[in-house]
Amino acid sequence: MSHALTGDADLPQEAVGPQETHEVDYLRAEGGVRSWLLTTDHKRIGLMFYGLVVLFLILGGLFAMVLRAELITPEPTLIEADTYNRMFTLHGVIMVWMFMIPSIPNVFGNFVLPLMLGAKDLAFPRLNLLSLYVFALGSVVTLGGAALGGTDTGWTFYAPYSTSTSTAVVPVVAGIFILGVSSIMTGLNFIVTTHTMRARGMSWTRVPLFVWAIYATSVIILFATPVLGMSITLVGIDHVYHFGIFDPRLGGDPVLFQHLFWFYSHPAVYIMILPAMGVISEVVCTFTHKPPASYKAIFISSLGIAFVGFFTWGHHMFVAGMSTFDAGVFGILSMFVAIFSAIKVFTWVATMHRGSIQFSTPMLYFLSFLFLFVFGGMTGVAVATQSLDVHWHDTYFVVAHFHFIMVGATLTGFLAAAHYWFPKMFGCLYSERVGMIGATGVFCGFFLTFFPQFLLGNAGMPRRYYAYPERFQWLNALSSGGAFLLGGALLLTLVNLLVALKRGRRADGNPWTSRSFEWMTPTLPPKHNFAVPPRIGRGPYDYHLTEEEAHARVSPG
Amino acid sequence: MNELLRRLLFLPPQRSTVAAEIDGLHFLVITITMVGATAVALAGGYFLFKYRRRAEMVGKPNPGATSRPALLVEIVVLVLLGALFLWLWLIGYRQYMRLAVPPEDALDVYVMGKQWMWKFAYPHGAASVTDLYVPAGRPVRLTMTSRDVLHSFFVPDFRIKQDVVPGRYTTVWFQATEPGTYQILCTEYCGTEHSYMRGQVVALGPEDYARWRADGEKIVPREPSLKTDLTGRVEKLDAPREAQAAQAEQTMAWRGQRVAAEQGCLRCHTLDGTRHIGPTFAGLYGRRVPLESGGEAVVDEAFITASIMDPVREIHLGFSPVMPSYLGRIAPPDVAAIVELIRSLRRVEPAEGALEEGIRSFDEEVAAP
Repeated sequence: MSHALTGDADLPQEAVGPQETHEVDYLRAEGGVRSWLLTTDHKRIGLMFYGLVVLFLILGGLFAMVLRAELITPEPTLIEADTYNRMFTLHGVIMVWMFMIPSIPNVFGNFVLPLMLGAKDLAFPRLNLLSLYVFALGSVVTLGGAALGGTDTGWTFYAPYSTSTSTAVVPVVAGIFILGVSSIMTGLNFIVTTHTMRARGMSWTRVPLFVWAIYATSVIILFATPVLGMSITLVGIDHVYHFGIFDPRLGGDPVLFQHLFWFYSHPAVYIMILPAMGVISEVVCTFTHKPPASYKAIFISSLGIAFVGFFTWGHHMFVAGMSTFDAGVFGILSMFVAIFSAIKVFTWVATMHRGSIQFSTPMLYFLSFLFLFVFGGMTGVAVATQSLDVHWHDTYFVVAHFHFIMVGATLTGFLAAAHYWFPKMFGCLYSERVGMIGATGVFCGFFLTFFPQFLLGNAGMPRRYYAYPERFQWLNALSSGGAFLLGGALLLTLVNLLVALKRGRRADGNPWTSRSFEWMTPTLPPKHNFAVPPRIGRGPYDYHLTEEEAHARVSPG
Repeated sequence: MNELLRRLLFLPPQRSTVAAEIDGLHFLVITITMVGATAVALAGGYFLFKYRRRAEMVGKPNPGATSRPALLVEIVVLVLLGALFLWLWLIGYRQYMRLAVPPEDALDVYVMGKQWMWKFAYPHGAASVTDLYVPAGRPVRLTMTSRDVLHSFFVPDFRIKQDVVPGRYTTVWFQATEPGTYQILCTEYCGTEHSYMRGQVVALGPEDYARWRADGEKIVPREPSLKTDLTGRVEKLDAPREAQAAQAEQTMAWRGQRVAAEQGCLRCHTLDGTRHIGPTFAGLYGRRVPLESGGEAVVDEAFITASIMDPVREIHLGFSPVMPSYLGRIAPPDVAAIVELIRSLRRVEPAEGALEEGIRSFDEEVAAP
């Protein structure tokens, strides 16, 4: 990667813009493996996170392919029931804690947040590096657990099954605990950076919307993750020493575990989706050349989701044996999340009105996001409607719902970010045509995989079924076909970006003519981003200005 | 219309009294979802085309960038949307309450989930595995518990589902609208054979149901005369008091105590540690007991269950083999309740030295004044 970029950088034209300097860029600032492993540069750490999460996406994706292949026929096809159970557990664990939660914040948040704020780095650069190593350690421990035979509890670790199964629960929960520590470190770093490292002139209403989204996410991480750590530690202790905290045979309560688990895991959904919403806000403004229809509506709704998200966990438990009164309260609170989400959706669509829209791969991902998010979100309203949830609970309807909203939205947000910030991160352009084919393929594959699952859920097929009654077969086969299409499209996208690293055209300073602050730095930023801290004299979405004026109002010093 | 939508959405047949009503809400919610998502995506696509960047616009600031958003419109739409969501919630919650509260005249059936099968016990004494026999057209209330891990009782055709939790009772009710068989699926992941933990509700017409009940009596014989002998000293509870007692039974152990009294267990087994005809239940669970035939046995669920069903096979050293077999005379949930009762009376081992320490400090306290 750095080889290709070194070659490209020899070309004559350097970055344009008022902050043009002759400092070497961050990729070439220092050479050698050691300089990467011990770096405190947020951009390099972001890239290393990038490598790891893409690796885990591929791994989790491969598990998904095997699961879908198994489900093509109603009876055993490829693997045994025990293998299947371990595999869906690992698919969930890897995708949730090793891909979706770290994906956008740790990769793109790390890379662009200081650039957007006009900061030289994050507030605690060494903590940032430590977060990377803690993340790597957590992943190794979790995957080590997988190598020891894995665990078959599902990613939800419901007791008392999780405390009595003979599989390797302990290394997996220990790994997740460690991953949580990494999450907290990064979240804390983002919060402190946003509060203390904003450039002069950057008032709270000039903070880019992506930063607001990452900020809201970090607040959730800080409040929710310790509860997860605590509850899965209790599962681990129960598993080994039979303390009986969640085991009724020893006086414990399995429903207590569900409360604790969802107290984290419901907000965790917003940990996954809020950063994607931040990416989408940036993409929409940049490619429509318009400020958001309402800046305040977007950041207030981000904070609103972060807040209300803490009071909705009970909607996972309508049939778990909870009081009907509680169920009603949780149902109504859940509706508020939908209102805040609707505010965002309307604002994005309204932003496009009277825009000057550049049709591009990230915009295509935005359209996918819009459909998947609204459909997934509205089915969220559907499952928050109690009498309907009784039928849908723990069926494929729920599987389809959370894949639409969590994966559909997070994955399209991640891919939009990967394309949108690609020139900023690597200094070159990808093939727009292949990018669009990939984006179309991802959408079609995704829809074909998960839409039949809504129907399967309606028909009554429970989730986590290794074998199923024959009447569900053709919808399952359709879903599997979609999964392979999705896998292929993702592979195409990856290849397109890898080829661009080697052969891509050089990007000039601001290929999308964005007004956002990260694009005011040289194409490839130098190690410390800014020779002199900038002074911000305008908002991040001032598209009524010409590009020159926009650059002039972000002046050094 | 109902039938068309139901088929379009792949919903199973509506075979309970609540199914059609719930499906009505389902159709409404799903229509709003589909229309909403498509409308938003189409609006986005339309804007993408209509406001595409034309060649003469490239490199110039966008004049539309200063346009004011129609905030008032957005607020009105949001308020309407909020009202819509509240309305859906209200309908959904009312239906949910209807699902949660069984009619007063419901027939009781006890359900025990275990890895990986469903067991049913009926008030008239019969028991069955996998197949749940109920009369069609009558409300049935299931009182459910689990022997091991979480399970969930789901009948798609009835639109009902309820988790089955070890250590507590949950209830669910339904009324099948017509005779037939309806699949039961376990929807809470419970291990290797989770996806094979299936069963069926067999809803019978009035005549078939009466015949099944009669056959059931033959298959599972009961000897009322013997029962009366054994329970000679126990007063038979009248119906209202029995209902009250059932209400008061918060735990399985309480239920176990009632069953033990009704079945006559307490004539020979005491609960307070006094020696009687049979071993006392107090401190029995978890102990290693010597056997008449030589050797030892650990008193656990398996041993207790075996001793209830086949008491003379293994006799506690020092007791006479006088206990009759209760095989087929106690419903499975009642057996579990008795096990629970015995377990609740287990001896809690103090830490090493704690007992001596306690005695010493007690002696000191007694000696002090």
